[in-house]
Amino acid sequence: MPAETAIRVEGLHKCFGQLEVLKGIDLAVTRGEVVVVMGASGSGKTTLLRCINFIEAPDRGRITVCATCIDCGSHGLRGRARAKQIRSICRQAAMVFQQFNLFPHKTALQNVIEAPMTVKGMSKADAIALGERLLDRVGLADKRDEYPSRLSGGQQQRVAIARALAMEPEVVLFDEPTSSLDPELHEEVLQTMRELARDGMTMVVVTHEVQFAKDVADRIVFMDGGVIVEEAPPAEFFTRPRHARARLFLRMVSGDGQADRPAEHRTATEGTVAEL
Amino acid sequence: MDLIERALPFMGQAVLITLFLGISSFLIGSVIGLCVTLARLSVHRILRYLAIGYVSVVRGTPLLIQILLIYFGLPQLGLTIAPIPAAIAALSINGSAYLSENFRAGVLSVNRGQREAAHSLSMSYTQSLRRVIIPQAIRIAVPPVGSRFIAIMKDTSLASVITVFELTRLANMIGSATFRYMEMFLIVAFVYWLINAIFSAGQEVLERRLARPY
Repeated sequence: MPAETAIRVEGLHKCFGQLEVLKGIDLAVTRGEVVVVMGASGSGKTTLLRCINFIEAPDRGRITVCATCIDCGSHGLRGRARAKQIRSICRQAAMVFQQFNLFPHKTALQNVIEAPMTVKGMSKADAIALGERLLDRVGLADKRDEYPSRLSGGQQQRVAIARALAMEPEVVLFDEPTSSLDPELHEEVLQTMRELARDGMTMVVVTHEVQFAKDVADRIVFMDGGVIVEEAPPAEFFTRPRHARARLFLRMVSGDGQADRPAEHRTATEGTVAEL
Repeated sequence: MDLIERALPFMGQAVLITLFLGISSFLIGSVIGLCVTLARLSVHRILRYLAIGYVSVVRGTPLLIQILLIYFGLPQLGLTIAPIPAAIAALSINGSAYLSENFRAGVLSVNRGQREAAHSLSMSYTQSLRRVIIPQAIRIAVPPVGSRFIAIMKDTSLASVITVFELTRLANMIGSATFRYMEMFLIVAFVYWLINAIFSAGQEVLERRLARPY
């Protein structure tokens, strides 16, 4: 595997009970790439993300994050050895959650330094220096001693980003980072994410933020019904989507309202009548 | 009153023994209860079933029977235990079953996202429990655990049936000697209430301190 591949997903399958949510996903993310995953709810995009760092255990398939490769299903390691492999993946791939999931009993700074100290055994002094630097990077140096309950949603999410960065990951996974926020707070989080991308971080972002995707994504991965339906650079994806379901999705997301009307009555926007 | 003259010298000792029984049973019961909680939440089915069985049996049988079993029953198997250790053993085991359920409620109340965040930061199960889950679970567990502490304090009165010289036995002895049962039992009831009121006030302070970040 070339050294520049940060994440490789091969043949990923995941069921929740009777419901098959991921029906065979193959995906490769290059180091430094920003991949935005889009799709309707239920398409499996969040499950895909959560399988990469094993918050959900895949049923079948192979996940490779940097140097660590895990074979899911009946082969592969079990028990403690498997747990160690998973922790190794989580060291390289940090996650930012839709609900922030900050530790409420710790201040912003304590949230950020917790993992480096507990997991990596970093000294408190070094960890605090790191934490202050990261909080400064996300623009919250003055909030270091505040508890999450005192912070706005946007501030909490930025602390969460700093906390993810504290483990010095190779990749950051974002699970709809702005979906729980009031609209006016989206921009501060997206700006932090833009800066992160500009600094060369490998990012996989599940989001509905079209403008962000247009600005920053190297590639859009569009999912529907548990499979990847289309992959293209944003310039191509947003102007000339090839797949019918991608076109429908973009119509709904761009809000021109035409998705509510029956197909025959829709005006042709790209010169072709949708083959729906 | 000559009653007070009679009772007072022994009251101090009885109070101390009552406190000793209650506090030590609560502490030992908490340790046992924590182990039971961890077993109950374990990935291993056998541990889970053992914990469920333990809680069911201990909660489902009367404390008095448990005390009598340990003090009168065990000697038949060759194990004779003195009254105070026997009382503490029974109270601890009894308390541990209830306390483990209180701890479990606390742990379950911490939302799943916290465990996921700890996982994503590559914390191990033990690390996430120690640094993230249990500190949050404690806050939820304090009210029911406080209630159980008060219940254990009152349950110490059952130790009187196996000759432990605590408050209830004192009241009974002096009451039967002077026939002033009403006064003695009321005085002792007041002392129990006083002990519990002081601990409840402590619980209130603890709850406020734990609630500060939130």
